Amino acid sequence: MIVFGKRIPMLFSLLAWCVIWEIIGRAKLSTIVPPFSGVLAAGITIVPTPKFSTAVSISLRSFALGMSLALLVGIPLGVLMARVASVGKILGLWVNIFISAPISALVPILMAVIGIGESTVVVTVFLFAVFVIVIDTHVGIKQADRSLVEMARCFGATRSQVYTKVLFLCALPEILAGVRLGVIRGVKGVVIGQLLIAIIGVGELFELYSQHFLMEEFWALVIVVFTFAFVVSESVAFLERRVEYYASTR
Amino acid sequence: MPANAIIEVKGISKTYEGGVEALAGIDLALPQGMLSTLLGPSGCGKTTLLKIIAGLIPPSQGEVWVKGQKVDGPGPERAFVFQDFALLPWGSVLRNVAFGLELRGVAKDEREQIARKHIHEVGLKSFESSYPHQLSGGMRQRVGLARALTVDADIILMDEPFSSVDEQTRRKFQEELLDLLRHKKKTVIFVTHSIEEAVYLSDRIVLLSPRPGKISQIIESNIDRQDENPEEIRRDKNYLDTVDRIWQILKQYV
Amino acid sequence: MHRSLPPFAWQLISFALVFGIWEFAGRWPISLAFPSFSQTLLALFSMIADGSLAKAYLITLQPLVIGIALSSIAGIGFGIAMGLSRSVEWFSLPVMIVLQAAPMAAIIPLLTYIYGIGLTSKVLAVVVLASPVIVMNSYKGIRNANPSLIEMCRAFLGTRQQEIVKIILPHASALIFAGLRLGLAMGFIGIVIAELLITPTGIGDLITYNSSVADYPNMFAAIVSIIIFAALTIHALERLERKLFPPEIRGLENAR
Repeated sequence: MIVFGKRIPMLFSLLAWCVIWEIIGRAKLSTIVPPFSGVLAAGITIVPTPKFSTAVSISLRSFALGMSLALLVGIPLGVLMARVASVGKILGLWVNIFISAPISALVPILMAVIGIGESTVVVTVFLFAVFVIVIDTHVGIKQADRSLVEMARCFGATRSQVYTKVLFLCALPEILAGVRLGVIRGVKGVVIGQLLIAIIGVGELFELYSQHFLMEEFWALVIVVFTFAFVVSESVAFLERRVEYYASTR
Repeated sequence: MPANAIIEVKGISKTYEGGVEALAGIDLALPQGMLSTLLGPSGCGKTTLLKIIAGLIPPSQGEVWVKGQKVDGPGPERAFVFQDFALLPWGSVLRNVAFGLELRGVAKDEREQIARKHIHEVGLKSFESSYPHQLSGGMRQRVGLARALTVDADIILMDEPFSSVDEQTRRKFQEELLDLLRHKKKTVIFVTHSIEEAVYLSDRIVLLSPRPGKISQIIESNIDRQDENPEEIRRDKNYLDTVDRIWQILKQYV
Repeated sequence: MHRSLPPFAWQLISFALVFGIWEFAGRWPISLAFPSFSQTLLALFSMIADGSLAKAYLITLQPLVIGIALSSIAGIGFGIAMGLSRSVEWFSLPVMIVLQAAPMAAIIPLLTYIYGIGLTSKVLAVVVLASPVIVMNSYKGIRNANPSLIEMCRAFLGTRQQEIVKIILPHASALIFAGLRLGLAMGFIGIVIAELLITPTGIGDLITYNSSVADYPNMFAAIVSIIIFAALTIHALERLERKLFPPEIRGLENAR
């Protein structure tokens, strides 16, 4: 976008949207769209409240636990699938089914088996995130440059050295891509899990604000959660870009 | 400027965004009906100059005149052959060769008929329905050449057309190109970094020096191409002398 | 030695293993609520037999199909506009990137409270979840057009319109199709969440109702059916995609 001959970076379009939002809100063009300033004001009021901070901290906790599990299980599983052919063939089928499946359909059964509580949300986050991490790790390791592995072996690398010094680093761009997608799905998992289970958390707050048409609070929460999702995924993307320079196969 | 100059380059300079000066003050006349080569090491702006003549890149300064008209974009009298072939991967050989005519709105039957003639000419007769991915690099470039011949332009601009094929195919191409052009009245402007290729093919060689691109020298070839067998040219004394002479000039720029 | 087994043999082994473990886990008294494989299978067949499964799918698929159709038309159109126009791109790209990362499901309760519990909110739930990925894929398809081919088109006197129709769009069609597939996956997610949250109908109803009467085999059977249905549909689209857009036709020489 070029205004008065100066190039304006794209990020500023978000500011333009805030202005448009303000105008639409003030003109009362829609009952569900309050002025942006009102949303900001509501945001500033609700964030320090204990209800909000409890909801957010619980949600963060579930997210962190679920994601850590997904990473701890997903990455090694992906490596295993890539290096041991039989495991790859057996698990591959299931991973491919579940990666695009509506996992939210499983939440009722999780609720019935595990109970109505935070652990179910953690498991939901885990299930949302793990499959894409497994697949991308698998692909990353599989596509790691064979000649580099051979080279390492030639120079006397032990098995674990091949993994840590060559394979894992080769696959790192792909693995990070999977982690980034996993993180996005994980955030969705927290929100959806909490919505469906109706326990304390940001999911519950969304439901609450919607029900009572507290639009300013609702959009404030939307901005908070959406910004969180964006920031976390862009942080991983940043790491990804730093290792991308040697990813020639992508 | 010689009377039969079909292309006149007047004071062309090109600086890219970011300050890279690719060409500085090029003045050149290229004769009609001959094969002229722009030769030089990387960074001498030869491809840039070719694309400016083609009208694909605007110059920062200066003008190019083709057939007495000022250039401000591509035109029907100039056809381009690309280094990376630039073939539609989803189109057959026939479609690709006829593409130039397709863009001009020529009717399908007519353009395919013309295309077939040129496909035959470049030696791809049985490959009309094949797709680029089924062809070798050399064959793909034949398609590119056929495409340029099909639009019947007076001037063919070739951007390192043989650099993406292997050495043996390259030599064969060079001989075939001379054969092909022998009976046509085309003007060819060729870009290469290979001295042997330039001397083998060209009637005139424009040497460019790098950073920024400037004309170093213009060498007229004294190899007789009309009578001599293409295979004999490489043993011609003039050929060997010219190659050596050019190398002595270009050596300092590498 | 592993290479001697054909792929479907591995699939059979895979199924057998998982179903075997499932059966075992179901019989083990970890939870009353966890049905075994055989129980679930029986429940599934009974629901197919009495037509309740078919009825449920008929209801569920309506908003899904409508929603995907709407998202596709609007999404592809908008994505192409973003790809072709720098101004549209400037305004939309940051927003779209955020929307793609964001948990759009948070909007679904709001949709219910505004538009009621009928078809509209369910269609909107599908649209809201599926659109971002369809838009982004169409956009990327247009943006990633091969610059060399575009230059070639210009060199042979192609107009901008010819450039778009003959070069950019054919090249983008592969990614656009992939976007549709991903959009469908998101659509399934949307419709499931909508049906579980909004007054359930269709498959959501089967799940919630059976949950409330503690008929876990039926509930699990319904869940399994939607997962398999989604997986099969998306897999079918993937195969179609591979057939229509093999890497050679897309010009990807070293494609995966």
